[in-house]
Order: sequence, then C-alpha cells, then structure tokens
Amino acid sequence: MTDASPIVKIRGLSFSRGNRKIFDGVDIDIHRGKVTAIMGPSGTGKTTLLRLIGGQLHPDAGTIHVDTQNVPDLSYRQLYALRKRMGMLFQNGALLTDMNVYDNVAFPLREHTRLNERLIRSLVLMKLEAVGLRGARDLMPSELSGGMSRRVALARAVAMDPMIMMYDEPFTGQDPISMGVVVRLIRTLNDALGLTSIIVSHDIAETAAIADHIYLLSGGKVVAQGSSKELDESDSEWAQQFMKGLPDGPVPFHYPAREFTEDLFDLDNASRGVRP
Amino acid sequence: MEYLQSLGHKGLSFFQRLGRGHILLANIVMGLHTLLPRLRLVLIQVFSVGVLSLIIILVSGLFVGMVLGLQGYNTLVDFGAEESLGVVVALSLVRELGPVVSALLFAGRAGSALTAEIGLMKATEQLSAMEMMAVDPVRRVLAPRFVAGVISMPLLAAIFSAVGVLGGYFVGVGLLGVDEGAYWSQMQSSVDLYDDIYNGVIKSIVFGIVVTWIAVFEGQDAIPTSEGVSRATTRTVVHSSLAVLGLDFVLTALMFGD
Ligand SMILES: Nc1ncnc2c1ncn2[C@@H]1O[C@H](COP(=O)(O)OP(=O)(O)OP(=O)(O)O)[C@@H](O)[C@H]1O
Ligand SMILES: [Mg+2]
Repeated sequence: MTDASPIVKIRGLSFSRGNRKIFDGVDIDIHRGKVTAIMGPSGTGKTTLLRLIGGQLHPDAGTIHVDTQNVPDLSYRQLYALRKRMGMLFQNGALLTDMNVYDNVAFPLREHTRLNERLIRSLVLMKLEAVGLRGARDLMPSELSGGMSRRVALARAVAMDPMIMMYDEPFTGQDPISMGVVVRLIRTLNDALGLTSIIVSHDIAETAAIADHIYLLSGGKVVAQGSSKELDESDSEWAQQFMKGLPDGPVPFHYPAREFTEDLFDLDNASRGVRP
Repeated sequence: MEYLQSLGHKGLSFFQRLGRGHILLANIVMGLHTLLPRLRLVLIQVFSVGVLSLIIILVSGLFVGMVLGLQGYNTLVDFGAEESLGVVVALSLVRELGPVVSALLFAGRAGSALTAEIGLMKATEQLSAMEMMAVDPVRRVLAPRFVAGVISMPLLAAIFSAVGVLGGYFVGVGLLGVDEGAYWSQMQSSVDLYDDIYNGVIKSIVFGIVVTWIAVFEGQDAIPTSEGVSRATTRTVVHSSLAVLGLDFVLTALMFGD
C-alpha cells in the first residue's frame, strides 16, 4: 500500500483571482493510502485548491499531477475519466434538489454504470447505512438539516468507490455523535477501501486525530507541514499559532486591508466601502 | 474619457458573452448524440417546458382568435366580404400571431423558469458537483432542456393557431352569423400548405431554438447569487422577446417578401 510516489503531486502552483494571488508557488505531495489534511485560515484558498485538483479551475502556473497525469493538460475525455475516480464532498453538500436522498446517492451509479436497480438499491442502502441516514432515503434535500445534507453528500461521493476522496469541511455542522461517526467513517473508508483522502478543515482536534500528514496554508504558501505530532512540537510560529488557535501571530485573521484606524477616519470616502 | 472606457468595457463584455453563448450552443449540439439512448431525460423536460405551458397557450390562443374574429368581421362587413373571415383569421394566426405570440408567452412562462432553475443549480453548486462526479452538466442538464424547448415550441404554436381558429369560429359564426360553410371552405382553399403553414412552422422552430438557447445560456452564465439569478431571469424574458420580434421581421421579409 505504501507506494513511494505520491498520487497527487503539486509543484509551483500559482493561481490568482483578479489581482489577488491565492496561491504563489505551492508544492504539495499527497501519498497513496494516507489521509492528508489541508488546513489554514478561512479564505486562504483551500476550496480553491480542491477545485484545482479536480480540474474545475485552471492554474496560472505549475503542475498538478494526479496519478501521473497533469490535470491542467488533460483533454475533456481524459478529465472526465479521471473525475470518475475522484470523489468530492462539497462544503455545503450540493445535493441535487430535484431528487430525494435515495436518488441522489444513486445518481453517480446510474450515470456511470449499467447496474440493475436491485444492485443499485443494495449499494445505495449500504452507503446510506454507513452515514446513518438509511431511514431518510425518501426525504427531499430541502427537508434535511445542513449536517444531514453533508452526510448524504458523503454517501454520494463514495458511491463510486473512488481512488481519491476530497472532503471540504466534512465536520462543520455535525453534532458530537455524528462528528464521531464521520471521523471514523473517513478513516475506515480510507483504510478498508485503500483510498487516498484529502481533508480540508479548520477543526484541529478532529483533523489531527485522523490525518497522517498536515499542510498549513497561509498567504498563498505552505507555511508548515508534518504529522500532527510534528506540528504540535514544531517551533514554527505558524504551526504554533494555528494548532493552538491564538489570535496573534503570523497567520492573519483579517482579509487583507489597510490599517483599521486609517479606514475609520477616512471621511472623504465615508459614503462607500473602500478597498485597499 | 471614463465614459468611453466604460463603453468599451461594456462592448467587450457583450462580445465575450456572445462568444460564450455560441460556445455553449456548440457544446450542446456536439453532445446531442449522448441524449439518444436517454430520451427519457428529454421527455421529462418536454413535460415541464411544454406541457405545463399548455394552459396559457390554450387560453391566449382562444382569446386572440376571438378578437381576430371580432375585428376581422367589423372590417370585412363594410366591404360585404364577411365570408372571408375564416381566411383572415387563419392567415394572421398561422403566419404571424401563432408563432410570435406563443414564442413570447413561451419566453415568459418556460424561458424564465429554465433560467431560474439552471441559475439556482449553479448558485447552489449542483452543476459543480455534477462536474466533479464526472457528469457533464451541459449534456445532463442543459441539452435535454434545450431539445425539449425546440420540440415544444412548434407544437405549442400549432396548438395556439388551432385554438385561435376555433375562437374566431365561435365569434364569427356563432355570435355574428357568418356562414359556417364559407368560414371553413374559404379557409381551406386560401391557406397554402407550403407558403403559409410550413413558413409558420419554420418561424416557430427558429423562435424555439433562440428562446431556449437564450434561457439556457442565461442560466448557465448567471452570477451565482440570488440577485444574479433574478437579473438573468429578467434578461431571458427581455432578450428573447426582442429576439423573437426582430427575427420575425427578418423571417417574414425573407419568406413573404417577394
Ligand atoms: N468566484 C470567485 N471570484 C473571486 N474570488 C473568489 C471566488 N471564489 C473565491 N474567491 C476568493 O478566493 C479566496 C479563497 O477562497 P476559498 O473558497 O478557496 O477559501 P477557503 O480556504 O475554502 O475558505 P473557507 O475555509 O472559508 O471555506 C477567497 O479569499 C475568496 O475571496
Ligand atoms: Mg472553503
């Protein structure tokens, strides 16, 4: 299982939105069979990173190799073939609102396989059972809570037994019990099915508990990396601040802006909100 | 200077949108073959795009036909030509009012709904999620809706015209006492299958393509917020109505010009 070559290999990745550089020369390795966490303050581009890996966004520079293929270079056909082997859990679930829970989980199976409905039924019920929502199969997405939607989305994302699973904030909105279930589920899926998992999260305790390797992103760069133990013990200010949740330190809490006092007393522009 | 700049910017973004619209159309057309084994997807959309627009088309068609009967009778009777009422009603409907009015109603009823639906799917990341599940939203979501619109439009226009002819009949023959035999026989002998009916059908097919294309594109291109979606919906109705009226003139000139 422990193949030396990383399954996702990102080199020199740069990406901008308008004038804002989201990534500036990022290198990340994600190893086969491991759970890798990408952490960082809100708005640093964690979701953006997952979209880049999934080929939904194009980098300005750099390479993103997934299983030896460079994602930005892939043709339409190759990209869609690759995506069949990736699962992604969206930050807000992104369930299809015109179908119920059951059909949502069955959706990728019906689109990509020719399995008969009986087989699909067993698969769907299995996945729903794993997230504890087998009883909710007839509900429409509008009838689910945020945490439930995300668990259904999780069941849908793993329906095709992907090679790589990407979780965008899997823990937000879960109560302590379902949180425990999700944490264990991610780990079990990873180990039992031999997946590779990428988790994007702010929840340090949960993430540290299951991640084999953690990358800390801030200001468009990787500022620290290592296992959770290494980060805990590291003397990097970044790691210390983030792991302990301190407000002061190198990790900025604010979206880039000029000095607060300067902004407050800028009466010439009092009628509008002004960008730095 | 600033004004010029903003004008240039508007111009550029207009052409960018035009380009994106054409790319989308090309993508839809190139993906059509994947719909063949999955006609059920199209049928579901024919129901929600076409069948659900039936009521408004039936009611409007009836009233437009009745008004035509009334107005036509009042004009014709001065010349003692009220026997030709059937021809007047049928030709106005089949050549012009059927395709145009039903396309305008279609834009308001079905086009706006399509844009809002697709725009909201985009805003709630459903389209994104499909892409990541390796399901191309252009093929799975947009193409079936586009095809359904293009199929439904001529059928709705035909129904509109048929109901309108009946409406004219109720008013003309039923209320105003035009001779029944004359109403139908004159209509039959003067309405030409090729010149009138085919041309009307061609118009409604063109309108169907344009209205659904605009609706689907505006949905996909909407800014993914509630405000963005509401603006896109308005744009669909305004742009497709204008496009229908403009194209109607061009098509009429081409078909009946000489
Ligand atoms: N469509 C967009 N257009 C312009 N800028 C965007 C867009 N989407 C995201 N951004 C910007 O990109 C940055 C990164 O966004 P992203 O969603 O990746 O953050 P994130 O790390 O996932 O944050 P969070 O933890 O809050 O989910 C944000 O600062 C945001 O302002
Ligand atoms: Mg995010």
